Formats: sequence, C-alpha cells, structure tokens
Amino acid sequence: MHLILFFLFAGFCLAGAINLLVQSHPINSALSLIVVMTSLAVLYLLLGAEFLAAAQVIVYAGAIMVLFTFVVMLLNAGREERTMGSRTARKVGFPAVVAILGILATVILKAQGLGVAGLRDGITSTEELSRVLFHELLLPFEVTSVLILIAILGAVALARHGDGDPHGNQDPHGNGERTAGK
Amino acid sequence: MEIPITWYLLLSAVLFSLGVVGFLIKRNLITVFMSIELMLNAVNLSFVTFAHQWHAVRGQIFVFFVMMVAAAEAAVGLAIIIAVFRARATLAVDRIDLMKL
Amino acid sequence: MNGFLFLPLIPLLPLLGFLLNGLFGRRLPKALVTMVALSTPLASFLLVARAAFLIWKGSWVLPVIEAPAFGHSALVWINIATLHADFSFVLDQLSLVMLLVVTGVGFLIHIYSVGYMAHDEGYARYFSYLNLFLFFMTTLVLAGNALLMFVGWEGVGLASYLLIGFWFQKTTAADAGKKAFIVNRIGDFGFLIGMFLLLANFGTLTFSEIAARLDANPGWTGGELTVIALCLLLGAAGKSAQLPLYIWLPDAMEGPTPVSALIHAATMVTAGVYMIARTHVLFDHSPFALSVVAIVGAATALFAATIGLVQNDIKRVLAYSTISQLGYMFLGCGVAAYSAAIFHLVTHSFFKALLFLAAGSVIHAIGGEQDMRKMGGLWKKLPITFAVTTVGVLAIGGFFPFAGFFSKDAILYAAFAQGAGGKALWFVGLVTALLTSFYMFRLWYLTFLGKPRSETGHHHSTPWSMLGPLVILALLSISGGWVGIERFAAYLAPATGARATEAGGNLELILSIVAVAVALVGCFVADLLYRQKPARPAELAAEYPESYKLLAHKYYVDEFYGATVVKPLLAISTYFLGWVVDKALIGGTAWLLGGIATFSGALLQRWQSGNIRSYAAWLAAGAAAVLLFLVVPWSAFLANFGIHLNLAGH
Repeated sequence: MHLILFFLFAGFCLAGAINLLVQSHPINSALSLIVVMTSLAVLYLLLGAEFLAAAQVIVYAGAIMVLFTFVVMLLNAGREERTMGSRTARKVGFPAVVAILGILATVILKAQGLGVAGLRDGITSTEELSRVLFHELLLPFEVTSVLILIAILGAVALARHGDGDPHGNQDPHGNGERTAGK
Repeated sequence: MEIPITWYLLLSAVLFSLGVVGFLIKRNLITVFMSIELMLNAVNLSFVTFAHQWHAVRGQIFVFFVMMVAAAEAAVGLAIIIAVFRARATLAVDRIDLMKL
Repeated sequence: MNGFLFLPLIPLLPLLGFLLNGLFGRRLPKALVTMVALSTPLASFLLVARAAFLIWKGSWVLPVIEAPAFGHSALVWINIATLHADFSFVLDQLSLVMLLVVTGVGFLIHIYSVGYMAHDEGYARYFSYLNLFLFFMTTLVLAGNALLMFVGWEGVGLASYLLIGFWFQKTTAADAGKKAFIVNRIGDFGFLIGMFLLLANFGTLTFSEIAARLDANPGWTGGELTVIALCLLLGAAGKSAQLPLYIWLPDAMEGPTPVSALIHAATMVTAGVYMIARTHVLFDHSPFALSVVAIVGAATALFAATIGLVQNDIKRVLAYSTISQLGYMFLGCGVAAYSAAIFHLVTHSFFKALLFLAAGSVIHAIGGEQDMRKMGGLWKKLPITFAVTTVGVLAIGGFFPFAGFFSKDAILYAAFAQGAGGKALWFVGLVTALLTSFYMFRLWYLTFLGKPRSETGHHHSTPWSMLGPLVILALLSISGGWVGIERFAAYLAPATGARATEAGGNLELILSIVAVAVALVGCFVADLLYRQKPARPAELAAEYPESYKLLAHKYYVDEFYGATVVKPLLAISTYFLGWVVDKALIGGTAWLLGGIATFSGALLQRWQSGNIRSYAAWLAAGAAAVLLFLVVPWSAFLANFGIHLNLAGH
C-alpha cells in the first residue's frame, strides 16, 4: 500500500516536473507545478509530516501557485518565443547539471545507516511541532512575520504604477496591442 | 511495505536537477521562476525525509520556514517581474540584458 | 661653564634665512630680503665671535660638544648595532678658526653681493642659495662625526651647483654647474668608501673616538689605514680641486663673482684641507698616504700655475691661482705641517676673496667685460679697487710683511725640513711661487696700468656696499699673518698635533729671503714683459707656438676627459641603457604587463554578457564544484599522489 502510494505520487511528481519543462505556454507549466506540489504534499504525509502536508497544499499550491497564475494572466504571457539560445547554457550548464545529479546520487547511494520509512512509523503531531516552534524558536517565528510584512510592502511598492505613468505599458483592453515583445 | 529512505532522497535529487534544467532552458521569465520553486520543493522533500529518519522535529520546522521565505520571495519576485515587464514590455529572458557590460 | 654656546644655531640661522628668502623672497620687497639675507650670517658670525671671546676669557674650555636635544635626551640619528651617529656639533681650536673665516668672510661677501647683484632679478634666489651654502658649510665645519660632515660636504656641493648655474639661461653656466657637481660626486664616492672603511675598521664615525683609538695603538700603521686615507684624499681632491679632479673650478667662474670669492676661493674648496686636518691622526699613521698628499699638492700647484700664465680672462687667472694655492695647502698637510696648511688657508681666504671681489668690482664697473686684453688704465677710474688689488697681489706673492709671506713660508720651510724628498717638494713650491708672482703681476699690469686698450662700456661707480668689504679684506690681508706660525701652531696643537718641525732659526730666515727674492724676480719679469716691452708676450707666443697652445688649452685635459670618460659614458647611456634597457626591457615589460591586463580584461569581459541564462549556467557549474569539493575526501585522494594535507575534518 505504502509502496503503491509512493510510486504513484512520485510518478506524478516526475511527470509534473517534466511537463513543466516541456510545455511552451506558461500557464500549462503553472498547472503542472500545482500537480507537483500536491503530490509532494501526499509524500510528506507518507513521511509522517501531517502539518507540513497541509501547509504545502494551503500555502504552496493554494497561494503561491495561484499568485503565479494571476501574474501569468495579468501579463498575458503567451507562448514562449524562439529567442537565440545561450551557448553557455548548453555547454556549461548541462554538464553542470549532470555533475550535480551525479554527485548527489553517488552520495545518497553510498551513504550508510539510512533506514526505511513505513506506514507504521509515527506521525509527527502538530502539537509537537508547535511546542518546538513556539518555545525554542519563537524569535525566528516572529522575525518571519516581519519578513512577510516587508515582502508585502516591497511587492506593493514594486508593482504599482510608477509616477507620471498613467497607464503604463499595459494594454487596457487586453487585446494584445503592444509596441514590442509579443 | 517499507520504502528505503534512499528512494525519497533520489527523488529529491532528480526533482532538483529538473529544476536546474528548467532554469537553464526556459525562455519565459515566469517559467524560470517556477523552476526555482521546483528546486525549493525538492529541497523541502529531502528535509522532511531526514526529519523522519532522525526523528527530529527541527527538520520539519525548517521546511516550515522555507515555505514562508518562499512565499515572501514569490511575492516580491513576481512584483519585480511585473515591473520589468512594464519597463521592457517583454518577458523573454534573453531580451532582458541591461546588465551587460 | 654656564649657559650654552648655541652651536646648533650657527648652522640653523642661515638655514632659516634660506627658507624665508627661498619661499617668500620673490614676493617681499628687496629691502626686507636684504635684511633677512644679511642678518642670519651676521648672527652666526656674532655667535662665533662670542664663543671665541668667552674661550679667550677662559669661561669655556675647548673642545665643546653640543648636540640638539629634546629636554635631556640628545636627538639620535642612527642607532643600529655598532653604528651610532648623532647630531653633535664640536667646537675645538680648528673648527673655531675655520668658523671665524667662514662666517666672517661669508658675511663680508654677503654685504658685497648686495651691491653686486642689486640689478639682478634673481636677487632673493641668490641670497637664499648663499644662506643655504653657509648652513651646509658650518655644518661641515662643526660636525663631530664623518656622517654629519658628509651631509655638509654634499650640501656645499649642491649649493655650489645652484650658484654656479645661477644664470641658468646661459648654457655655459648650466653646463659648468653640472660639471662641478659631477666631478665633486666622483670625489664624494672616495669619501663614502673611506667612511665605510672607517666604520669597518673602527666601528665608529666620530672623529674623537677614531683619534683616541689610533692614539692608543701607535704601532698601527699602513695597510688598511693607507687605503682609508687615500679614499679620503680622493674626496678632498674632488672638493678642493686638486689633480685629477680640478677641472670644474675654472668652469665654475661662470657663476657670479661673489660666489667665486666665497665658495671657490675662501670656503668650500678649503673643505678638503679642513677634512684632512680634521682626520690628521689617520694620515699620521700612514706615511705613504701623506707622501701622496704632498706630491699631489705640489704637482697641482705647479701644474695650475703654468696654466695661469697665459689665461686672458681675469677670473680664470684667479681660478687657477686658487687651485695652485690649494696645492700649497695640500703640500703643507702632506709634510704633516697641518697648522701651517690651516694658516695658509686663513690668509689665502683673505687675499683670494679680496682679489676676486676686486675683480668683480672691475667687471661691474666696466659693464661685464672679463677679458684682460681689453682692460688697462683703470687705476685712475677705480682708485680704491686698484689699491686693494695691489695689496692682494703683494699678499699672494708672498712679500713681507703681508699675510701670504708668513703662511707660504711656513709651508715651504716645513717641506724643506722633511729630507730629500721634502727638498724636491720645496723646490717645486719655490718655482710655483715664482710663477705665482709673475702671473699675478701680469694681471695687475694688464688690468690697471698702461693705457686703456678698448673703450669700456658704461661706467658704474662702485657702491660702498662693495668697497667696504674690499677695504676690510685688504686690512686683513696686510695684518693677517702677523700672528705668526709659532703662536698659531701652538694654539692649534690640541686639534692638529704638535708642530712637526721646530722653529728653525737661521735656516728659516734664509729660506724666507730666498722666497721673497724669487717673488721679486717674478715681479720684475712681469714688469719687463707687460710694461716695458708690451709687444714681447705676443712675440714669445709666436716663437714657441706649441708650448703656448698647450698652456692656453690647459694641457688639453678637458678634451682628454671628454674623450676617455664622457664620450663612452654617453654612448653607453644612449645606446645600451637608453635603447636596450629602457626601451626594450623596461618599456617592454610595462607594455607586456599592460597588454596582459588589457587582454585578460577583454577575455573576462565576455563573461559579463548580461544574459541571465549563461549566468545561471555558471551558477550551476559553481554549485557542482562546491558540491564536489565538499564531498570528495581530498586528503585520501591527494595522498595517492603523495601530497599530504593537514586539514581537519577531511
């Protein structure tokens, strides 16, 4: 049972990730990413992190990805255009990725003393989590809230229309009339 | 049935690499950003895995914080993307090269 | 003993004058410049006079050592291992005499310059240089160790360069300044080597300590002491214009005449003699070096006198005469009659300065002409100048009772009393005295007597600022020798050693009479050739054309040096150093370095493409590298190649 669940949702993860790479329209990529997020939430659950699973769905899939989708639609981003590729990305990047994957895989496979995960293992209760969070790590927690506040302010400041720019570059009717880009 | 931890870790590594690949080959700015989120999630998975392995709650708490930071980062990053789009009217990664020497 | 003698002030006051006039002189009114320029040498002279008075009264006992200090700790200059050098100024009999000459004659010449340079636009600059010279000269005289003396030594060379090339727009003047400085430098090299050897052998550069060390070892002679003495002699020869480094002095006449009087007659050129007298203990322990000194002195005296016979520029005659008289002083040192040499130094400074200043007065009066063949009949127009020049000529000729008689005789007698070699040197000195008398009277006749040979330019009347010092110097030239060599030597004995030769009674008297007779012969021949038969010199020149040309061209020494030393050096500088080292090596290296920077910059610039994707690619590569570094067990890995690291944790 555990195995089936694992393979199923790991498969969804990989499929979603590969689909993200393959799709040319950003909205499709966003939707694939949502699939990845949700599958990861199930995997967290399999590993006994119930609170995190919920948080993953609520925060990541439910808020961040929604934000992404909003922005994609706001900017009316269309299919990716064919621009000149970067040779460096091909020549340097891909070997680098292969190297990273190789090293990580080697380390993981060679590591000793790793156990197994099963359904019988206990689930970390929310109470345990919050105990540690609010007792020992209270300060980072409060700092995080300040961080979010700053992020809100920053996002608002960056995204509003600049002074002296009544309509920005936006197409008010969303008809795709633009001077450049598309 | 029990699953070796190693499989979770391998999945995390593969997802991370896929994220890097996406970062390298995608041409739309928003999609690149999404690949970054994918990388973050992969790392989150490995954290949770190790938290399970060593029975350490702190691993999960770290994931919690990562999520918060990712949320803040996504908000600000997308705001920047909007500002860039307003300035350059393009979302193509290769066209945004004002930092060229 | 109360209070201070303020020895450090004696050099420092002229330094202050140099700074004031040098920095601000151009903007100050001329009267103020003059006041500053005159007050500092006067102040130094008064300090010296006060010191002399106090010593004469018995309030102070020589030697006196004063060093600048902050509170109770003396200012330390160098304090490394065995080398300790400080700024101590030492006043003893020798330096007191020298200081009186330097500051006294110096002050008189400052006054003279006020009149002579009155119309020159570099007025303030001139006086600042003159004060600078006084600062360095007094430092040289008062120095208690060789290092401080070397500072003064170099400094007077610098001041000499600045003043010779004072009218630097004239190429000949600028060249003369350079020549003086470079030839001096060659001598200074000898001085430096001597100092290094002194340090190596004695471990100290303080004169008193070296003298004490030598006195304690009377048997230590020759060997390394000779080498040191010869090196110091080279330095002295450069500064005092002896063979073979005399060539700069005649050219130095390009400078203003008061400069020639002060620096190239009375003070700077005597620094070499002073230095030998100062280090006489060293020379006493090396008979070989002493004989070299004596031979160099005698040879130079004769050599220069022969050249002076046929010179036509009034200042050149005086220049060669100076070289010749300096040769006498070296001869005196060489026969260990240091007090006689210093005695001659003092009297020579009086009458040579007098002669130079009088020549300056003549030049000033007839509008800049220096060629004696165009002068004549000036005794009517410049009576005071004529009178003082006569005094000077009689003094340098060695006539009784003028100053030169006493001092020159002391040297000649000391030479004669030194055995067979000494008698030969005495003879050379005697011949030189004959020639000296001859060419000085020749100068006297050509300049002042007879009928005017050319229409002289505008006549400036000589101001009192110029005449006053002339008169004072004339009085000194008359009376300067009356102190007598015995009393002088006795006075100087603590500093220069007891007189080597005792008073000789009859022998000395006979030799003096011979010397005066010889001088009279010279005067007579000059009278014959230049008054009675004025056409005769030209006939003689025609009869012996080669000899005449040889003398007139100064034995072609300058040309010889030019061909053997200057030309090869110039060739090396231009071709080897200029092209090979400078252009190819150094320029090439600079070009190469610049090229590397530019090239690598251009190469690296391509990295900054602004392309986000390439940046991302390099990020990934960097991450892979970091991962690799963290994961691989480097100690074990490198140990396979034999490299053993000492890292913790890997």
